[in-house]
Amino acid sequence: MNAAVDLHYVLRRTEFSLDVDLKIPMEGITGIFGESGSGKTTLLRCIAGLEVPSTGQFSINGDVWQDTPKKISRAIHERQIGYVFQEPRLFAHLNVRRNLEYGWRRRGDADDGVDFDQIVNLLDLEQLIDRTPDELSGGEAQRVAIARALLSAPRLVLMDEPLAALDRARKDEILPFLDRLHTELSLPILYVSHNIDEVCRLCDHLVVLDRGRVLAAGEIQSVLVDLDLPLLGGDEAGSVISGTVEAYDADYDLTRLKFSGGALLVPGRFGDMQSSLRLRIRANDVSLCRDRPNDSSILNIIPVTVDEIQIGQGPYALVRLQVGQDFLMARLTRRSCDDLRLKPGDELLAQIKSVAVRTTAE
Amino acid sequence: MSEMDAMNFSGLGPLWLSVQLAAVTTVVLLLIGTPLAWWLAQTKTRWKSAIEAAVALPIVLPPTVMGFYLLILLGPYGAIGRWWVELTGSTLTFSFSGLVIASCLYSLPFAVQPLQNAFEAHGRLELEAAWTLGASRLDAFFTVVVPQSARGFLNAIVMAFAHTLGEFGVVLMVGGNIPGETQVISIAIYDQVESMNYASAHRLSAILLVFAFTALFAMYFINRRWQRR
Repeated sequence: MNAAVDLHYVLRRTEFSLDVDLKIPMEGITGIFGESGSGKTTLLRCIAGLEVPSTGQFSINGDVWQDTPKKISRAIHERQIGYVFQEPRLFAHLNVRRNLEYGWRRRGDADDGVDFDQIVNLLDLEQLIDRTPDELSGGEAQRVAIARALLSAPRLVLMDEPLAALDRARKDEILPFLDRLHTELSLPILYVSHNIDEVCRLCDHLVVLDRGRVLAAGEIQSVLVDLDLPLLGGDEAGSVISGTVEAYDADYDLTRLKFSGGALLVPGRFGDMQSSLRLRIRANDVSLCRDRPNDSSILNIIPVTVDEIQIGQGPYALVRLQVGQDFLMARLTRRSCDDLRLKPGDELLAQIKSVAVRTTAE
Repeated sequence: MSEMDAMNFSGLGPLWLSVQLAAVTTVVLLLIGTPLAWWLAQTKTRWKSAIEAAVALPIVLPPTVMGFYLLILLGPYGAIGRWWVELTGSTLTFSFSGLVIASCLYSLPFAVQPLQNAFEAHGRLELEAAWTLGASRLDAFFTVVVPQSARGFLNAIVMAFAHTLGEFGVVLMVGGNIPGETQVISIAIYDQVESMNYASAHRLSAILLVFAFTALFAMYFINRRWQRR
């Protein structure tokens, strides 16, 4: 038995076609990333059974939900999925509690210890339980929708840009709850997004879709530093690395984080000693120098080795740097690359201007 | 004077028969009209307009035209009537069962159209959510679509009931004027007028008028209340 989701979908529409073959691990959050029109939502709808593909094969831990050549296709309500749509889609005639109970009462004999109160607590819904959907803010309604999906005892959670319809403040209100899902529940989640920030924060694995085809799939760390992926280049390029908390300097309010390539100092206090954290370093925040600068305001200057250089069109080049087992990305001008006479294998110093720390445990 | 005669004399017999006919017709129309309206709301078939037009025919056709065709169809030599005679030994025309069939056809659009409008306004979004939460098609229909289409059901019930209560031409053609079997209130009024019995005609007409107004008023009133919510 494969402890994974194994899927293959082919679907043709007049303006669009999808042809996807994927294996998705059974733990953590897998991001499905791509531009609009790349087929992200169609893929989720195929998995749920809301879309009928011309060829569809789907199995989870060896259980076959769909195999069109063998004429197998489970009805939508018999697939144990929790679907969180872009809009909350709460039932307008039921209050929050009855909405939550809708899937919970229909979860069948699935014995996986879904605890009603635990989920209500996890999404902080105690205060909202007796309200009707029209008395909820957009963010609150989406939290109810997430809880409702989880309470139906899914074996796989599908989230279709659950934050896309919300403004910045509402997003920031929900993201911590998604972090909590990640740490407190051991459910595989497919998370569709076209926002690289969200993906870097939440996801452990990443699938990149483009015009209905899979461009790349794998651990987020390695997919992000793949220089052949045009979608991930440009302004948003960067890398994700894991670190552990090593020390906290109360005097300066700085946390020292250890990772495979050394240590980094980040402002503020994060996590307990030895806890795992995820760091995102944008390529725009990394600069390179041959010699250690004598006086610099930059705290983190670490030795790196040039792994690969990609000269793009326009003024910029993207450089992949190896540090221990991890990679950093640096976005430099082509002029700087030439001035420094960069080539693979060069040993240099990287100055890291800022590090975004995610409290999501690995 | 027997009890039956007393009821007929006061006009309560025909009234009671009308209420029975309207109630049975409404129940049958809900059972047939709901799936038909749902299908019409969902279907993408190119026959949709033709079927919608057929359903709407009773609104524009003179009741005598419908009554005439039904008389032929339900009569002992008609396609349905012959089959009914073989099955039950009695004829459909000039019987209560025949009236129910005629009324169902005659009032069909009044049940189907409000339901279809409600279903079309409902959309698929919440329905899809219900399916993914483990509800079968039928389960989701009864737990999500039906409660959210309550107004459509109220309108369908009131319109089908009131319209059946008020029908005259079709009933006269198919059912005739048999007291206790097919003499409904509208026929009884016609009967009283024919025999110059204006007092009785007045009484029956007033009952129908008050009832029709009350039912429609209640429907519009409740609709308004629900709209504001």
